[in-house]
Order: sequence, then structure tokens, then C-alpha cells
Amino acid sequence: MSQQNSDVLPHAAAGSVGLIEPQVHHFDTPLELECGRTLPTYDLVYETYGTLNSDASNAVLICHALSGHHHAAGYHRPDDKRPGWWDTCIGPGKVIDTDRFFVVSLNNLGGCHGSTGPASLNPETGQPWGPDFPMMTVKDWVNSQARLADVLGIQRWAAVIGGSMGGMQALQWSIDYPERLSHAVVIAAAPKLSAQNIAFNEVARQSILTDPNFHGGRYYLHDTYPRQGLILARMVGHITYLSDDAMRMKFGRDLRAGRFHFGFDVEFQVESYLRHQGEVFSRNFDANTYLLMTKALDYFDPAREFDHSLEQALAKPSCNFLVMSFTSDWRFAPERSREIVNGLVHAGRNVSYAEIDTPKGHDAFLLDIPEYTKLFGAYMHRVANEVENSANETENRTEHGEAGNHA
Amino acid sequence: MRDDLQLISDWIPRNATLLDLGCGDGTLLAHLKAHKQTAGYGLEINQDNLAACFEKGVNVLEQDLDGGLGNFQDHRFDYVVMTQALQAVLRPDQILNEMVRVGREAIITFPNFGHWKVRAYLGLKGRMPVSSALPYEWYNTPNIHLCTVQDFETHCRKHGIRILERQVINRNHRTSMLSKWWPNLFGEIAIYRVTV
Repeated sequence: MSQQNSDVLPHAAAGSVGLIEPQVHHFDTPLELECGRTLPTYDLVYETYGTLNSDASNAVLICHALSGHHHAAGYHRPDDKRPGWWDTCIGPGKVIDTDRFFVVSLNNLGGCHGSTGPASLNPETGQPWGPDFPMMTVKDWVNSQARLADVLGIQRWAAVIGGSMGGMQALQWSIDYPERLSHAVVIAAAPKLSAQNIAFNEVARQSILTDPNFHGGRYYLHDTYPRQGLILARMVGHITYLSDDAMRMKFGRDLRAGRFHFGFDVEFQVESYLRHQGEVFSRNFDANTYLLMTKALDYFDPAREFDHSLEQALAKPSCNFLVMSFTSDWRFAPERSREIVNGLVHAGRNVSYAEIDTPKGHDAFLLDIPEYTKLFGAYMHRVANEVENSANETENRTEHGEAGNHA
Repeated sequence: MRDDLQLISDWIPRNATLLDLGCGDGTLLAHLKAHKQTAGYGLEINQDNLAACFEKGVNVLEQDLDGGLGNFQDHRFDYVVMTQALQAVLRPDQILNEMVRVGREAIITFPNFGHWKVRAYLGLKGRMPVSSALPYEWYNTPNIHLCTVQDFETHCRKHGIRILERQVINRNHRTSMLSKWWPNLFGEIAIYRVTV
């Protein structure tokens, strides 16, 4: 029996959304951007899981983080080694239950996984956009996501959900389109980046910008890419995703060969891990996208438009909020989530907040941590119940109405 | 619903805003939201309780009362409620001050350590009292600052906290003649409405 079980391909296993085919929508209506420029046409690549109900009220939008993309759950091919990046949370019977929700996950504009970005061809020149691709902001992403919602026939999201940079998009949604979502789930995020956050982003950018293979962002034309810069950028970023404790538990001071070599090659396990993470990342991620995404993070500050008052910015939303943070996250520490919560409380909004006790650091939002799964699951359970109850009410009203007419 | 919660909800008018300190599974908040259209938040640290509040659709914030209420503005709420938690906080005096700062009024319930059974338990058995209202042993009790009805009222008088209303009930959550006349001796649970 156990032999048979291990033969079941992961995509066919219970709890998986299975094999997924990404879809692309081409938009011909120009998108005006916060930077003042306009994107004349663009593509958005996205995936959906679950079934949209008859009144399109069970749709959930997943917003991705810095290095994320549209492939959040399931598998593209039967032999894929790993599922989508949030497969722990999305699937039948999981926290974001695809038996109840219709889940939409897209690759943001400026990305490098299928949506229009710096590596796409600029229709005016026929060359890759490269550094000429307009700067994107969280607001721009939310606007483009709203257009995707229109295309999919979704007037109002049951929930907009995201971790880290994704959480910032959920927050921006609540401010810019208050009537188009019922719940915003903001995980491991911040109302704006701190000087330290921006400093880390700047180190990552400088490592890319100063790579001799960067060629001012036109490396596509030189048939090369700033590999070393990307590796460094990811290495420094990755340090901020883990906690001191997580690193100690994972690597300690373990040596690869068990003894000192008195040189600069990889000796400590942590060095090996970081280099490996950087390597893998550099092969799969576009340097211009990385620059753009970190910049969008730096610019994020919804209170700025409201006289730097987060409370005023949050006076507009009418949705319910769930804010969650992780105790060992020092990239966007619990204090940063509490800033969001306090802003919401001062503004009189409906908000719940949980602080998950874990040593896993910022990356905890991607992991299956029992306490996190339980609380997030309880909240999503409520969201699903609300959707289903209101659908039933509508049905009952219709039935009553008809009965009345007959009488 | 627990009778003390029923008593409290009778005190709270329609459309009031409230903060429930140590809100448990959100029963009181959910009840008030449904029957009195109140708005507000609960504070809680127990994960199971948080999950229960999430399911109920009650606003709940994970926040330790011992950290104070510094994140809430003065008079942000009509009522700040704390049921059966005063005796479990590090500094009951400070949380009381915070409650009457953040709320226009505060509602507090606590087990009365002056009840005759408690006195008899300690007096006759010579051991730390264990009862249905105080079900813990001395070494594992979360109740680190137990007080009596008299202690509480003396404290309020000294610190300019005005008592607007008092109910003293027994284990079955009933008021009796005895507990009306001698609340410190016959009341098991004390319920106060206070302000400054």
C-alpha cells in the first residue's frame, strides 16, 4: 500500500489543485501610471483555482511578494518537483479552500514570469524594454489587478490576500477600491518601508547596477545578464527573510568539510546555502524586474497622500481586515503590523490581529506553521461562510419574491 | 451565555463602542454586536480564543494586557470591559487607570476573595483556597492579584475612580439578600461599573 501511495504523483494527491494551465490576458486600454507615464498595452499572466460561483461572490485575489509570480498552487507539469509558491495555503480543504473559493493569482506588471515587464518587447522599438520600462508602484499594480477583475467578471473580491509586498497590495486595494473587496488579509507587511528596509534594497540594487554585465539594463542585447549582481542581491535579501534563530537552527557554525581551510571558498554551511539560493534565483529572475520591484517597495507609503496620516488613509476602506505577523520577523517586524492595526483601530475599521510565535522569520508566511494555519484557516472559514450565507439569502429572497408574485 | 456576561450586556446601551480586555472566545462581543449593534474590539492572547473570535466574526487583537493600552486614544470607547481578568494582570492598578482613560466608563468583574467560603478555607484548613470561582492550586494559578470587594472599593476611592453601579452575585450568578447586605462576605463575583 505504502508503495502505491508513494507512486501517486504530487499533483494528483489530495489537497492539491492539480495540474494548472496559466492564462494570459492582453489589455489594449492604456494604463496610466503613478510615475506619470502610460503603458499603452500589456499582458497579465494569471492562474485560477476552484470555481467561480453564479454571482461571482467567492473570488479571492492572491497578491505576490517581491520574487513571487502567478504560480501560487498546483503543478504545471506532472514531473514538476515543486508546487506553486503558496501551495501550503491554497488547495481543496486548505486554508484558502479551493472547494469554496475561486482563487486568482497573477504575475504583477514589471514581472518576469509572463506579464509585461522589462524583458518584454517595447512595441515602439521592437527591442526589450530594459531600463525604459516605466517604474511601477503598488498603486499601479492594484489598478491593473482591478482591470483583471473586470475581465473575469468579479465586481467584488471576497478577500484580497497577500504576504509581505503582497500584504501591501491588499492594503492598497482597501484604500483605492473600498467597494470592491469584503476582506483584506495583510500578512507580514508594513505600512511603509523603514530606512533600514530601504538600505537593504539599495545594497541589492547596487550589486546589480554595478555588475559589469548589467550594461545599463540593456544586457538582453548583449546576450548576457548580471548574474553575479543578482546572486549578491538575493543573498543579502535572503538574510533578511530568515531570523538569527532560524539560521542558527538550520546551519549553526557547521562546516561543509568539517575543518577550516583558511581560505575564501565556501566553508560554512550558511555560505553554501546563501550561494546556492543566489545561484538558483539568478537563473530564474530578471535583474531589471528585481530593481523595479524593490523600488516599488521603497515607494509604498499610502499615508503620504493623506498628509502622512495612516489613520486618514485608512478612513476610506470599508472592508474587514485580518493582519498577521511573526514574532521573529525582523524585515517587517510585528511592530510594523501593529502600526497598521493601530491605524485601522483609530480609523474605526473592523480589524483582527494575530502575532504568530515562530522562529522562522519573515519567510514564515509561506510555511505551514500549525498556529498560523489554524488562525488563518479560522478567518478564511468565516469569509467562506459569509459568502455562502449571503448567496443562500439571495436565493431565499428570490424564492420568496416569486411566491409573492404568484399569490 | 454566562450570567455575569448577561448582566454586563444589560448595562450596555445600543450602538455603544467597546473594548473587551481578555475577551475569551468572543461570546460577549458577538452577543452585543448581534443584539445591541455595538462595535469594538476584544484583546486576547490565547490562540484558541483568537481562532474562536475569528470564526465568530468578532474583531479581536492579539495583545497582552500587561503591555498596557497605550495604543488606544483617550475616550476612544464608550465602555472598556474586563471580566475575570483583573486578578491575573501584573498591575491591576495600572490597567484600571488605563481602562478609565480609554473608556468613558469601565466594567470590571472579579472573584471576591473576601467571600466567607474563601475565608473559611484559609482560616479553618490553613490552605490556599480552591473553589469553583478559584479553581487553581497556589502554584499554577494565573490569579496573582486577588482582592476583596472592600479592597477594590478602597482602591477606587483613593484613586478618584467613581463607582456608578455594583452587582455582587453568588456562584450561581444570583443576587441574594445576604450578598446585598454583606457583599464582601456573601458575594462570590463582583461586577462594577466605574468612571473617573
